[in-house]
Amino acid sequence: MKRKVDENVKREPFSGRIISSTIKENIDEKVEREIVYSRPECMHDLPTILCPGCQHGLIYRLIGEAIDELKIRGHCIGVGGVGCHAMGMGMLKIDAIMALHGRAPEVATGIKRSLHGKPIVFTVQGDGDLAAIGMGDMINAVNRGEKLTTIFCNNAGYGTTGGQMAPTTLLDQVTTTTPEGRQPQGFGYPIHVAELLATMTGMAFSARCALTSPAQFNQALKTVKTAFQKQIDGVGYSFVEILSACPPTFKKTPLESIKWIMSHMLEEYPLGIFKDVDKIP
Amino acid sequence: MGKKLLITGNEAVGYGAIYAGCRNYFGYPITPQNEVVEFFARELPKIGGNFVQTESELTSINMLYGAVATGVRAMTSSSSTGFSLMQECIAHMAYCSLPAVIVDVQRGGPGAGSTQTAQMDYAQVTKGGGNGDYYPLVLAPFSVQEIFELIQRAFYLADKYHHPVIVLSDAILGQMMENLELYSINFGPLPAKDWAATGQGERKYRNTVPNIWTFFNNYRDIIVNLGKKYQEITDNEVRFKTYEIEDAEMVIVAYGSSARISLETLRRLRPEGYKVGLIRPITLWPFPTKIIRETSHRVRNFLVVEDSLGQLVEDVEFAVEGRAGVHLLGSLARHLPTSSGMIFPKTVSEEVKNILCHK
Ligand SMILES: Cc1ncc(C[n+]2csc(CCOP(=O)(O)OP(=O)(O)O)c2C)c(N)n1
Ligand code: SF4
Ligand SMILES: [Mg+2]
Repeated sequence: MKRKVDENVKREPFSGRIISSTIKENIDEKVEREIVYSRPECMHDLPTILCPGCQHGLIYRLIGEAIDELKIRGHCIGVGGVGCHAMGMGMLKIDAIMALHGRAPEVATGIKRSLHGKPIVFTVQGDGDLAAIGMGDMINAVNRGEKLTTIFCNNAGYGTTGGQMAPTTLLDQVTTTTPEGRQPQGFGYPIHVAELLATMTGMAFSARCALTSPAQFNQALKTVKTAFQKQIDGVGYSFVEILSACPPTFKKTPLESIKWIMSHMLEEYPLGIFKDVDKIP
Repeated sequence: MGKKLLITGNEAVGYGAIYAGCRNYFGYPITPQNEVVEFFARELPKIGGNFVQTESELTSINMLYGAVATGVRAMTSSSSTGFSLMQECIAHMAYCSLPAVIVDVQRGGPGAGSTQTAQMDYAQVTKGGGNGDYYPLVLAPFSVQEIFELIQRAFYLADKYHHPVIVLSDAILGQMMENLELYSINFGPLPAKDWAATGQGERKYRNTVPNIWTFFNNYRDIIVNLGKKYQEITDNEVRFKTYEIEDAEMVIVAYGSSARISLETLRRLRPEGYKVGLIRPITLWPFPTKIIRETSHRVRNFLVVEDSLGQLVEDVEFAVEGRAGVHLLGSLARHLPTSSGMIFPKTVSEEVKNILCHK
C-alpha cells in the first residue's frame, strides 16, 4: 500500500523510532514514502507512559493487531487489571472497564453474561494481579467455563509498586522484597499459570509466548488470534501467557532484559501450547 | 390489585428486583440470606435472566460491577461478614458513578459473629466500610411489603444518581413471612445510560469505566462531582415515617426490625396514656437529621432502639445537639444472653416507662 505522507513525524509507539516523516528536501518538495510499519488501526496515536524497554506496550500492539486482523473492534470489551499491564487499555480504541486488583475475570464474566454472550470480552492481567491476589478468581472463571480470553503479562515481578516479588519471580531472582534472591523456603516457587490452567476442563486454549524476537512476536500474534477465535467460536476459556520485560524490576537495561528472558525465564517458563481443544464436553 | 403472596422478606427481595426489571443476580450463600440466592437461582432462568453462584462475595460484587458497567440492572446480596468483603468494590462503583443495588441481610458480628439477627452493620453500611469519600444510599425497610417496594425504589435511585444503593435488611425481616401484594411502581423517567460499555459498535466514541480521560487528568473533578451528588441526594431523598410524635413527650428512633418492635410498643403504651412517639428513618443515608432536630425542640427524651451496642444512636445524638436526653436500648437488652436473643416490645415498654417517669 502506498500512502502519501505529508505531515508530522510518526514514531514507533514504544521505541520512539521514526517510522514516517515529511522530509523537505528541496525547499517545498515532499517525498513520498511507503509505510511498511505503523500503529494498528485500533490504537490511539498517543505516547505510552511505560518505561523504556517495557514490553507491556508490545503486548497491546499485539492485541491491537489481532483485533484489527479479526475485524472485531466494535464487538470488543477489554478489562484491565491493576498494574502497569493495564495502562495500554487506554491506547486501544475499544470500550473498556478497569477492574480492581485481581478481579478482572469476574468483571469480564459480569459483562459477558449481562450482554447475553454477545461481546468479545478479554482481560489483560499481570502476574501480581492474576497469580497472587486474583488466582482464585482466575481459576473459578475457567472452572465456570466462561467464554472469555485472558492475556497474562508475566514479567516475574510487580512493576507498578517498584519491583517486588510476584508468584512468578524466579528462584534466586533479586527483587526489593527478596533482597537475597527468592528462596523457596518461605517464599515458594515460580508458578506456571499456563500449565496449571491447562489442566482444567473449562479451558479451551492455553499457551505461553515470548517477545524476544520478531519471529516470536509473529508467533505470539498468531497465538493471541487463536485465543480470540476460541472465544468467538464459543469453545471455552482461552489464555495466553506472554513473558514480558520489565527492566526496572530486572535491574537491567532493556537489551539485557530481553537477554535475561532468553537465558533465565525461558528455562523456567517453556513456550508452547498446553491445551488446544475445539470442544469441551 | 396485584397478586398476593405469603412469603419471606428474603423472597420479597427477589420479587422486588424482578418487578424492577432486574435480570442479573450474582451471589454467594451466607445465612440468613440464602433464600435470596435460591430465589434467583430458581426464578431468573425462567425469564431469560442471568444467575451466577459465585465463589466469594468479592466475586459477586465484581461481577455486579462488570454487569452494571454495561448498563443493565443487576444486584447482589449478602450478610454482614460477606458484605464487608464487598466494600472495596462498592467504593469503586461510587467512584465510577455506577448504579448498583446491594442487599445486606444483617447478622451478628463482629467478624464471623453469629448467624442470627442483629443490627450491627449500621456503621459499615452508612459510613462506608470501603475507602475514600463515598456514601451509598441506604434504604431500611421494616416489613415484607416494604422490602419489595424499597428494592424497586433502590433500582430507581441507583439509575437516577448513577450510584450504589444498599437495602439494609436483617435476619428477622428476611426470615419472617407476611402478606405481599405484587405490583410494579413507576417512578418516572431516568437519564439515558449513554456511558455504558457495550462494545463500541457504530458509536463514534469509546466508552470506558471509569472514564479514562478523567481518570488520568481530573481527579479533582471527580471529587467535586461526587460532592455535588451527595448534596443533591441529601437535599432530595431523605425519607422517614413518624408515628404519633405530635403530642409526644418522648420519641423512639428505630429502623428495620427494631422499628417493628418499637411500633408494637407504641400500640401497647398509647392506650395506657403514655405519650410516646416513633421516628422511623427509611433512608439511613441520607439520614433524617432535620425531623429529629426539629422534634428535639419539643421533647425531653429520645430512646434509640437498635440491636447493637450503639451505632444509629450516634447519628441521633448528632441531630439532637444536646437539647434532649438520648438513651440507648441495644443488644444488651435482648431477652436471652445468647445469639438468639431479641429485644422484645415488653422490654422497650419498660424502658419507655422508666424514662418517662424518671428522666
Ligand atoms: C487491593 C490492592 N492491593 C494492592 C494494590 C497495589 N498494587 C497496584 S499494582 C500492584 C502489583 C501489580 O503487579 P503486576 O500485576 O505484576 O503488574 P505489573 O505492574 O508488573 O504489570 C499492586 C500490589 C492495589 N492497587 N490494590
Ligand atoms: S515498571 Fe516494569 S512493568 Fe511497569 S512500565 Fe516500567 S517496565 Fe513496564
Ligand atoms: Mg508483573
